[in-house]
Amino acid sequence: MNISTIVFLLLSLMAVGSALMMIISKNPVHSVLWLILVFFAISGHYILLNAQFLAVVNIIVYAGAIMVLFLFVVMLMNLNADTEPIKNYRMQLVGICTGGTLLLLLVLITNRMDVEQLVETNAGNAGLIKNLGMVLFKQYVLPFEISSVLFLSAMIGAVVIGRKEEPIDQNPNS
Amino acid sequence: MYLSTIDISLILEKLILIVVVVSASLVVAMYTTFAERKVAAVLQDRRGPNRAGPFGLLQPLADGLKLFFKEEIIPNLSSKFLFILGPALAMLTACMTSAVIPWGDHIDFFGRNVSLQIADVNIGILYVFGVVSLGVYGIMIGGWASNNKFSLMGGLRAASQIISYELAMGISLIALLMITGTLSLKEMVVQQQGGFWNIVYQPLGFLIFLICSFAECNRTPFDLPEAENELIGGYHTEYSSMKLGFYLFSEYINMFISSVVMSTLFFGGYDIPFFDESVLSPNVAAILGIAALMTKTLIFIFLFMWVRWTIPRFRYDQLMHLGWRILIPLALFNMLATGAGVLYFN
Repeated sequence: MNISTIVFLLLSLMAVGSALMMIISKNPVHSVLWLILVFFAISGHYILLNAQFLAVVNIIVYAGAIMVLFLFVVMLMNLNADTEPIKNYRMQLVGICTGGTLLLLLVLITNRMDVEQLVETNAGNAGLIKNLGMVLFKQYVLPFEISSVLFLSAMIGAVVIGRKEEPIDQNPNS
Repeated sequence: MYLSTIDISLILEKLILIVVVVSASLVVAMYTTFAERKVAAVLQDRRGPNRAGPFGLLQPLADGLKLFFKEEIIPNLSSKFLFILGPALAMLTACMTSAVIPWGDHIDFFGRNVSLQIADVNIGILYVFGVVSLGVYGIMIGGWASNNKFSLMGGLRAASQIISYELAMGISLIALLMITGTLSLKEMVVQQQGGFWNIVYQPLGFLIFLICSFAECNRTPFDLPEAENELIGGYHTEYSSMKLGFYLFSEYINMFISSVVMSTLFFGGYDIPFFDESVLSPNVAAILGIAALMTKTLIFIFLFMWVRWTIPRFRYDQLMHLGWRILIPLALFNMLATGAGVLYFN
């Protein structure tokens, strides 16, 4: 067992373990914190695949911005373990069925994959920012720009929906 | 990367470098607290601390000892693990940034070329940005775990402030990256050694970056998370003893590191102005380079203090107005102008 296998196993253990803890823990704030750990483990995996840019962007965007907003909302709503609504029996059953089917599908798919071909640690330079930029802005420039327009429209849509009917008057002192 | 192929001395070398860099930033931060009180005293026409040791130089040690000996109180209804995790995270993220900063060129150590940078990763500045964006967790977790509404308000203010100012900071960095064409801090310094400093090309970008780093460090005029007249102590209301010390101390480490980052990005890093380092022997050049970087850094730290004791705190709506309505449009304009300039001149 070489060092990258050991690191891979540790990171995977961390990712799966934290993901499980995220689901199990009763307190929503703890769930958010476990989810942040999952993102760190996944960033570790990206580094193993020599995709440094992806790793650091994953940290900046997901762990640094989106999860802060999640935490923000959860803290403001003051969700606690006792205010968690108890789901009824039928809902639990449906959840078990759909979750079990998804798990079954995933296991079947991964079983049929050629694992040797998939895992190629620390090889190739596709993940380095220079090569990534070249591919994104030369080969895939149209889809890239279209997706950025999509983001922009989503942002404007959120602002329009979140806006109150009458704009609030500016404070004359500010 | 296999362990067997890595030189064992490389690991040793990096380990020593990490220990030296982290302890140096701790010592600098320690004396920054002393300098802050002295600067405040000068600005307010007082003497400042002068009892412990000659000129009061042992004051930081006395402060540290006092904090260690204070009674440690953990609120009954707080979440204990997170309550302890908060200050630890604040300290960790404050220290982590120093890994990618080039402190000097390299030294010749018995024929061995030792680079004075812990990790020259090709995403250098993005790493700094990532760690800065994680810095908010220490404050938020501490504020929430205290189970106190003032702490929670402080934590939420910190989060919204840091997220708002991160955007303008990121956009001002993009403009800089367009000019340098690299993310590695080391390469940026090498480029600035050859030509002009980046401040010449990016004066507006530097101004935006400076204001945003004030906000990211929670320094006055942006210290709303700990506004004592409305929030008692903000996120650290419930903290006592060395945990409080960690929060206060991490602010000074952040200040030191952001001063170093600003000197590196915009003021040539370890470059000595109007002087060609290549005529010196590498060791002398490295030592002079470190001295140059430290001088620039100290000037910035002084600026941080000067502003703190001169300008009053913003109101919350003013803070948001400045961030979203002034800094972000300015940063966007700067980015577009830089892009047009790069296109025109190349």
